[in-house]
Formats: sequence, structure tokens, C-alpha cells
Amino acid sequence: MFNTASTTPEKILQMLSALLLFAAVMGVILFIAGRFGGRKGDRVVAYLYLLPVVLLLAVGLVYPGLRTIYQSFFDAAGDAFIGFDNYGTIFSDPDQLTVLRNTVIWVVLVPFLATAIGLVYAILVDKSRFESFAKTLVFLPMAISMVAAGVIWKFMYEYRPDQGTVKQIGLVNQVIVWLGGKPIQLLIDSPLNTLLLIVVLIWIQAGFAMTILSASIKAIPDDIIEAARLDGVNAWQMFRSITLPSVQPTVVVVLTTVGIATLKVFDIVRTMTGGNFKTSVVANEFYRQTFNADNQGLGAALATLLFLLVIPIVWYNVRQLRRSEAR
Amino acid sequence: MSTVTPVTSTPPLVADKPSAAKTAKKRLSSPWASLAAIVLGVLWTIPTFGLLVSSFRPERAIKTTGWWTFFTNPTVTLDNYRSVFGEDGGVNLAAFFVNSLIICIPSVLIPLALAALAAYAFAWIEFPGKNILFLAVFALQIVPLQVTLIPLLEIFVNVKLTGTFWTLWLSHSAFALPLAIYLLHNFMREIPAGLIEAARIDGAGHVSIFFKVMLPLLTPALAAFGIFQFLWVWNDLLVALVFAGGGDEVAPITLQLANLSGTRGTAWQLLSAGAFVSIIVPVTVFLLLQRYFVRGLLAGSVKG
Repeated sequence: MFNTASTTPEKILQMLSALLLFAAVMGVILFIAGRFGGRKGDRVVAYLYLLPVVLLLAVGLVYPGLRTIYQSFFDAAGDAFIGFDNYGTIFSDPDQLTVLRNTVIWVVLVPFLATAIGLVYAILVDKSRFESFAKTLVFLPMAISMVAAGVIWKFMYEYRPDQGTVKQIGLVNQVIVWLGGKPIQLLIDSPLNTLLLIVVLIWIQAGFAMTILSASIKAIPDDIIEAARLDGVNAWQMFRSITLPSVQPTVVVVLTTVGIATLKVFDIVRTMTGGNFKTSVVANEFYRQTFNADNQGLGAALATLLFLLVIPIVWYNVRQLRRSEAR
Repeated sequence: MSTVTPVTSTPPLVADKPSAAKTAKKRLSSPWASLAAIVLGVLWTIPTFGLLVSSFRPERAIKTTGWWTFFTNPTVTLDNYRSVFGEDGGVNLAAFFVNSLIICIPSVLIPLALAALAAYAFAWIEFPGKNILFLAVFALQIVPLQVTLIPLLEIFVNVKLTGTFWTLWLSHSAFALPLAIYLLHNFMREIPAGLIEAARIDGAGHVSIFFKVMLPLLTPALAAFGIFQFLWVWNDLLVALVFAGGGDEVAPITLQLANLSGTRGTAWQLLSAGAFVSIIVPVTVFLLLQRYFVRGLLAGSVKG
């Protein structure tokens, strides 16, 4: 049951026995909980309900997280304590500085562009006849894995040398040729390649931004809109003084959520360039240092850095939410 | 619990359209706005569409001409799909497809059940340490997976679970819990307290209240999170790479597609068909259950 299953029937059997085992554990918990009644028993029931969760979180998140932070102060093999040296490397090594620079570009561009595009699109299609269809088109990339998205866009960016009868098979280079230019090695030329990878995540995240913002736009009370209308405002004034202020708290949530997702971007970079040609980002570099370069300490430091970078974004988000609640 | 701000109270997605809004719309909508919307919609669809068309073209055609020439010179073949499924092509996607399903089902059901119980305790039972514990679970949402992977891998090595589905089931379940508990808790708090009180006065314990009162009301929230988690697990690459990267036995389809893209980056006949095989399930689930998925999203997420 705890061995590697290699044939399909074995795999299905293993899955079913795992689910049965889980059901049995749940059954025991519920059975014991069922025997406790009254206000005093409440306490026992609550702890029983929380027991599996606390165990799983302690072993699966809390301990590993603390352990990684601890490991980030050790050398490549994880043996010798070296203080903040790994962090020093991240902020001084030229390769690592490229990684940091790229991560900053990602985190600045993706949330703002994805949110802007999502907001504009949500307003454009709002209450139109094709609204739900139009939204599905933009939302669909959310359901596609970043690996598949990487493949889709790698094909868009495909390059064929500019010689004789060779035809372009990537649409982007074909458009460049149609416009009279020469085909470009889009995924190799830095820093253009990083920008083109960023396009992929914007393509994915704009749908998320649009969906959340669209719900927020629809929540604006009609009488406010109608009052503004009676005052004779035009479309731009409506956007500036009604729509934008109304959805502003939601914009903050979307920006920060997309920002956090961007910070952890890994699949796209790995699938499209493998982090080569100066396109690596922190999450990709974490993987590369840990598994390919065998530098556990540096890998742990990069993971910890990721954690540290998430905190201010979340903190800002929570603060903004509380402020808008208080209003 | 003052830092916890329920985002679930976001208003319904589709508001009814009063006539005032319609007249407003008439004045706002200009042909330029429609044109811009169409351009964006088309731009967003073209990349996927191009690869979809390519997946049905013969290998030679894909590699020598652009997919847009398909419309002037259409040749259709299913060879690409045959070779990604066939064993002889060395791609063998069918096996990885099965793996993805095997990984997903427990990775959705287990955290869903555990989180429902925990959320119930947080929402409706008074016990010492409740607030601090809930805050801790809430805060765990922001832990990036990267921070946990290596120590978890060491644990799995120590208990000899490496190379089995257990690594993926357990880690995906653990990673899902903070968000799941938070979402379900918010949802449960919206159920009127009177219902629970009435059941208690009738002598019902917390077990029967959970099953008879909560679960039926909770179905939409469970569906929302279930779909969310399903898409997340199916589309995951990082966790799979770390825990199932060693062998093919437990690797999901995303991993095989990523490997294919790395080792045979120009084999577009395989990549195009492979990509579509890998996205067909999540896209179908998404299109059928979009309403629930959107609800899950609106409930707020900082997961990852």
C-alpha cells in the first residue's frame, strides 16, 4: 500500500485504499466526537476536529518552513554554518543580481498590466450582449496550466532564420516579417526575452483580474450611476469619479494577489527558457540551485527570500482591507 | 480575529440589469469600445487557437509553414494525437494522464473533508485558544511552497515514501488546508446561528449538526473550493517535479509535457497535441463549473 504502484490497476487500487484509510481515520474521529455532549464536551469535539489539520500543517508547513530558514544559514552541503553568506551571494553575485533584477521587472509589470487590462476589458464588455462569452475568452487561460501556456507561447515566439525560402512558423515573427522587419530570436535576446515571458503571465492573470473587478463593478449601486448620468458626465468622467473610486479596494486586492503569484512564477520560465539567456527569476533559481547546482544553502536562502518578499505585500493588502472595512 | 477580513461577502457575480443601467449603457457604448473589446478577445484567443490548429496538421506542414496557412491549404491528421498516446513514440501520455487523475482525486477530497471539520470547529464551537489558532492557520496561507519542499522531501525519504503517490497526496493536502479552512469558515459564519442553536436545543451533538445542518448548506462552497483545488493540483508542476521527478510511475501529465518541451523543444507535432491532451480536463471542468470556480476566486486567495 505504501510502495510504488506501477500499473494502472495497482495505482487505482492504491488510491482507493488511501481513500478508505482516510475515511476510517475520519470515522474514528467522528465516532469519538459523537460520544461527547454538553458544553464541556464541546472543547473535546473542537480539538478532535482540529487534530488532523494541526498535525498536517505542523508537519507539512510549519516545521519545513522553519527548517528551510535554518538551512539558509548553512553552506552548499548543509554542514557548515556560514551566517548570512548565502544572502550576501544573492545580493552581490552578478548572476544572482540578474535574477533579482528580473524578479523586480516581473513583479512590477505583471500585476499592473494584468489589472489594467482586466479592468478595461471588464468595463468594455459590462452589460453587453456577449458579456459572458467575451469574459470566458479572456478567463480561459486561467484554467490552462502554466506549462501548457508556456508551450502555447513558445510556439508563438518560434524563430526561423531569415534565409531564402525558410518560412516563419511563429506568429509573432511572421507579423514582424509582414511589417517588413527581420525575424528575431525572441526567447534568446535579453532583456526582450524576459518581457516576452512576462506577456505569458499577463495573458493568464488578466482573466483573474477581470473576473474579480467585474463583480466589483456590478456591485456599484445603480442610483449612483444614474445620478451621475443626470449630471451629464461623459464616459471618462464616469470612469474617473464613479467606477474607479468604487472598485479601488478590489483593485488593491487584485494587484497584491497577482503580485504574490508573480513572485512565485516558475513554470513559465522553466518551460520556455529553462532560466537560460538571463531570464531566471527567484523561484526558478531556487529550484536550479537546490536540485541542479546542489547548493542547498543558497536554495534555502532564495526560498526564504521569497517568503520575506511575500510578507510586505500581504501586510499591505490586509491593512488596505481593514481600512476600507472601517470606512 | 480582527485581521481576518472575509472577502466572501463580495456581491453576486451577475447583477440583474435594471432599465436605468441599460439606458446608461446605451450612451456609453461606442463602436470604438466594442472594437477594442473584440480586438482584446481575439488577441487572447489566438495563441491557444494557433496551437490547437497545429495539433491537427501533419508534422511536415507544422514545421515548414505557419499555422495560419491552414485556412488556404487545409490538411488534417490525427497522427499527432496517435503518437503522443502511443507507447512507441516514447511520449506515452495516457499513463501520465492516469497519474494526474490518481494524484488529483485524493488531493481534492482529503483537504476538503479535513478543512470542513476544522472550519466547523472554528466557526461554531467555543474553545480555549481558538482565536490564536485560527490566526495561525490564516497566516500560513502566505507561506510559499518553495520554503517547505526540501525538508518535506527529507521527511518522505526518512519514512520511505519517495516515489509513491503518498508524497503528492500528503503535500497537496497540507498546502491546501489554510486557504480551504479560511474559505469554508467564512462561508459557515454566514449560516444563521439560530439554525445551530435550534438543533442543539433539540439535543443534536456537533457530529450530527455538522452532517445534517452544515453539509447540505455548504455544498456550493465545497464545490467552489473543490474545483479550485482540482485545477491547482492538475496544473501543478513544482510539487510534482520535487516529489515525483525521479521516475515516470507517479509523474503527472504537466511534468511529462514540461520534460518534452525541454528535451524535444522543436517537436511541435508532439508538443501541440500533448499540450491539448493536458488542458482538456481542466478546461472542461472549468467551462462546466465556471460559476463555482468564480465563486472560489471571489472568496479571495493568496495561495501558492
